[in-house]
Amino acid sequence: MMNKLDNFTKGIIKENPVLVLILGTCPTLATSTSVSSAIGMGAAATVVLLCSNIVISALRKVIPDKVRIPCYIVLIAGFVTMVQMLVKAFAPALDESLGIYLPLIVVNCIILGRAEMFANKNKVVDSAIDALGMGAGFTLALCAMAAIREVFGSGTFMGYPIPVLESNNISIMTMAPGGFFVFGLLIAIVNKFATNKPKKRDFGCEGCPSRAVCKGSSCESKEGA
Amino acid sequence: MTKLIIILLSAVFINNYVLSRFLGICPFLGVSKKLDSATGMSLAVIFVMMMATAVTWPIQMFLLNPNNLGYLQTIVFILVIAALVQLVEIVLKRYIPALHSSLGVYLPLITTNCAVLGVTILNIDEGYTFAEAMVNSLGSGLGFFLAMVMFSGVRSKIEGADIPKSFKGLPITLIAASITSLSFLGFGGVIENLFAK
Repeated sequence: MMNKLDNFTKGIIKENPVLVLILGTCPTLATSTSVSSAIGMGAAATVVLLCSNIVISALRKVIPDKVRIPCYIVLIAGFVTMVQMLVKAFAPALDESLGIYLPLIVVNCIILGRAEMFANKNKVVDSAIDALGMGAGFTLALCAMAAIREVFGSGTFMGYPIPVLESNNISIMTMAPGGFFVFGLLIAIVNKFATNKPKKRDFGCEGCPSRAVCKGSSCESKEGA
Repeated sequence: MTKLIIILLSAVFINNYVLSRFLGICPFLGVSKKLDSATGMSLAVIFVMMMATAVTWPIQMFLLNPNNLGYLQTIVFILVIAALVQLVEIVLKRYIPALHSSLGVYLPLITTNCAVLGVTILNIDEGYTFAEAMVNSLGSGLGFFLAMVMFSGVRSKIEGADIPKSFKGLPITLIAASITSLSFLGFGGVIENLFAK
């Protein structure tokens, strides 16, 4: 039981996909302009991650090793299309605010990364728990970033105005530079307060689905220091 | 013609894929450490973006839309791009080995690059004609190239700088990216007004 709980919480803190593993940077930066779209993105990605982890884990003995990446991509694209249609039908406002980033969940490194790192080696239940933990970690990191950007950038929180900040908003925080800036600051804070000695954080190669091909040769991750 | 130029310039400067649309951040942060790998990667991206658009646009317009299969867009596009990248790699290896040895490493990485899938989907969403879609892909690729090359220059300066310990590595890179993207905000509105009658 303890083991299962650990499996869940590691996604939130110790192996947070966004702030520690540095995966899925594109949607993190793009959809964290407001808390409500961050929650929507987090939920959509979590649903896809949960479904894909369960199915990939269930099929892990069936899918031949050589063609596993294309198989994973097809499975994930199928689930993304389902989520896309559901969102379009039941939450058109969310569809509007996520725009192109909704179909782009297909190429979100978190989902392929978890398939490659966890689901194809573990049992269905463990994979589902892992997916929930990672999804929660992704959503929380996204919300933290969105909260900072929305509060300072537009002076609102979940759409409700905040007295002083509303008239003194720093609108650059909701634009592209603010996204990079807040993300950089958050990772620096995580580095500062990480309990275990922080290893030098660089781009997250271990989660990259293409690692098998490039072996870090194109990101020069081995140089590290 | 003017419209094509506007599309090209705004794809390069205003709606820069990396710095204002946040697509393709992974290679932007991962491969921008050295100038030559940054150049190689972005050339491969330009190439694949154009190829992908040339293939996916007709598929959407002549195959999916007439048959009411528009919802299959995501699955079809990602499969087409993945197959295309493999094909390009095989062809290059066989016929132009010199180009393959310089771009080859980056090709597999591009399959899962959201900028390529992003540009093909955006071309459809914006309702571009085939020529406009191709120009938009070229501009997007060039914008990616510009951002990568500029940023690899910025990064080589950061390497030697004395920065707080917890900012070392990725955080300072992101802060630098933020300032680089700030400089691109200056282009907003310029291009449209340049051609306004």
